[in-house]
Amino acid sequence: MSRFVQSLRLWFAPRRIRDEGETPDYRFSLANERTFLAWIRTALALIGGGFAVDQFLPDLRWAVRVGLALALLAAGVLCALRAVNHWIRCERAMRRGEDLPVSRFPAVLSLTVAVVAVAMVVLVVFGRAG
Amino acid sequence: MGGPSPGSGAGSGPGSGDRSGSGSGSVGVEARDPGLQPERTRLAWRRTTLSWTVVAVLGIKLALLDGATAAGLTGLALAALLWIAFLAVSHRRIRTLDAARPRVLSARGAVLAAGCTVALAVCGAVLIW
Repeated sequence: MSRFVQSLRLWFAPRRIRDEGETPDYRFSLANERTFLAWIRTALALIGGGFAVDQFLPDLRWAVRVGLALALLAAGVLCALRAVNHWIRCERAMRRGEDLPVSRFPAVLSLTVAVVAVAMVVLVVFGRAG
Repeated sequence: MGGPSPGSGAGSGPGSGDRSGSGSGSVGVEARDPGLQPERTRLAWRRTTLSWTVVAVLGIKLALLDGATAAGLTGLALAALLWIAFLAVSHRRIRTLDAARPRVLSARGAVLAAGCTVALAVCGAVLIW
C-alpha cells in the first residue's frame, strides 16, 4: 500500500520522475504510453458496458440492473486509475534501470469480467423465463 | 521535406512536420524512426479518442432516456465537456508526437486523460442511480 501512496505522489509531482535515473530510449517510453492508452480503452469499454447494461436490459429488476451497471462502471474507474499508476511505475522503473513492475491486476480484472458475464447470462436466461 | 534549408528556423509553427534531430546530434540522419513508433502512438491516441466518442454517445443516450430532465441535461453537458477536455489532451499530445524524437508523455497529460474517463464513469453512475 505504501508503494501505492508513493506513486500517487508522483502523479502530482511529475518532475520528480525526471529527477530520477536517466532518460530511457524514447521508443520504450512510447511503448509504455501505448500500453497506458490500451488500458484506458479497456476502461472505456467497461464503462460503455455499464451504460449498455442500463439501457439494453430494461426487463431486469432495478436492483440487479443498477448493481450490474455500477459494478462495470466501478471496474472501469479502477482500470483507468490503475492505468496511470502502472504507467508511472513503468516509467520510473525504466529510468532507474529496474525490472518492470509485475501486477495481479490483469488476472483480477479478467476474473471479474468473467463473473459479470456469467451473471449476465444467468440473469438474461432466467430473467426471461421466470 | 523540401522546405527551407535547415537553420532558417521555419517560424514558430509547432505543427510542422520534420524536425529532424533537434538535439545535439547530426541533423537529418534520423529524420524518422524506422519502426514508426511516434506514428503508432499517434494512432493509439486516435483510437482512444474514437472509443471515448462512442462511450460519450452512449452516455448521452443514457442521459436523455427519460426525456429532457434537469439531471439528464446536466449529465449531457458534463459528458460533452469531458469529451472536449479529453480531445484537447489527446490533440496536444498528437501534436507533440509530430517529431522525430518526441518527448515523454507528461504525467499531467496521463492524469488528465484518466481523470476525464473516471469523471465520465462517475457521471454515468450518478445518472443510473
